[in-house]
Amino acid sequence: MLEHYLGIFIKSIFIENMALAFFLGMCTFMAVSKKVDTAIGLGIAVVFVQAITIPVNNLIYQNVLKEGALAWAGLEAVDLTFLGLITYIGVIAAMVQILEMILDKFVPSLYNSLGIFLPLITVNCAILGGSLFMVERDYNIGESVVFGFGSGIGFALAIIALAGIRERMRYSNVPKGLRGLGMTFLISGLMAIAFMLFSGIQL
Amino acid sequence: MAKAKYKEIIFDPIFKNNPIALQMLGICSALAVTTKLETSLVMALAVTVVIAFSNLFVSLIRNHVPGSIRILVEMTIIASLVIIADQAIKAFAYDVSKQLSVYVGLIITNCIVMGRAEAYALKNPPLQSFMDGIGNGMGYAVILLIVGFMRELIGSGKFFGISILPLTTEGGWYQSNGLMLLAPSAFFLIAFFIWVLRTIYPEQVEES
Repeated sequence: MLEHYLGIFIKSIFIENMALAFFLGMCTFMAVSKKVDTAIGLGIAVVFVQAITIPVNNLIYQNVLKEGALAWAGLEAVDLTFLGLITYIGVIAAMVQILEMILDKFVPSLYNSLGIFLPLITVNCAILGGSLFMVERDYNIGESVVFGFGSGIGFALAIIALAGIRERMRYSNVPKGLRGLGMTFLISGLMAIAFMLFSGIQL
Repeated sequence: MAKAKYKEIIFDPIFKNNPIALQMLGICSALAVTTKLETSLVMALAVTVVIAFSNLFVSLIRNHVPGSIRILVEMTIIASLVIIADQAIKAFAYDVSKQLSVYVGLIITNCIVMGRAEAYALKNPPLQSFMDGIGNGMGYAVILLIVGFMRELIGSGKFFGISILPLTTEGGWYQSNGLMLLAPSAFFLIAFFIWVLRTIYPEQVEES
């Protein structure tokens, strides 16, 4: 049992890395990776939000939206899966807002260091993508906690690594047209190839 | 005069102010769905329709929504449109919808839609916003189609599923390039596209 959870955890960090294997959260990945400090801040925020929203969405999916899930209310034939998208994005937006308020009240230092990244996370595809993958793979609540945590860490790892490389790039002589965005694409392509190394591993 | 303006609104985002290459928006889906031309085309169409209509609706209600809840309202509009697009693709192109998997749903968080609603539709009248949506959708589509075309042609020697370059495995002469079917190739192709674009329009070059 523990092995199964550990498998999901490792898989979501390395083999199915959100940023480098599925290309989710690319916009933030490219835009907020200029400095290592900010990348770490964003990474922590993503781990937080992933670990909370995926289990919450899982509860909603399993108990309300799934086909036949409303049997406890006497509505066996109701299938609400088409409402999934709008529900998940609502939950994510609400959760981010709540998290922001909690952090502001109880951990002001963390709140200040995360700054504008928290609200930005609402429109980060990695978060919604995580919830959609959870639904597609039909995880239960325990699995989705592990998956949420792992995929958040995977994203954080990737963005911090990219920021590290980009800081070093400042000393190199890049062709004019490739400066900035173009070079970032090339670097992340090479990183994605490196991460493909893990893809053969079976857990 | 007015006509020229609409033309500008539609055609500027395609090369001069491309959402992917310059505004850094909507990159996620551009990378994941482009292994084949067919999926790229469906995705590009879906995104264009969603941007155009979300721009239109956001612009229609822009004077009636208080600023503090506008993001919530925009999200609801976009999410409803994406659900419609998702159901439509499932109904009319089921195979493609299986291949696109979660990426249709992810149009919601595609920053192009949100970005254009915030940056353009909130300040401009409905018709112009609609045009702006179509323009940006086409800018997105151009990149998707170019990348999809290159990957399908070089990776599996096909064009829209029809063999153009016969593969060695099927008795032809073309040795397929496996890298093009793998995800990282999309990064390289987009990087080169940006390079070409910035060589043509030098004012887009970033100093870093």
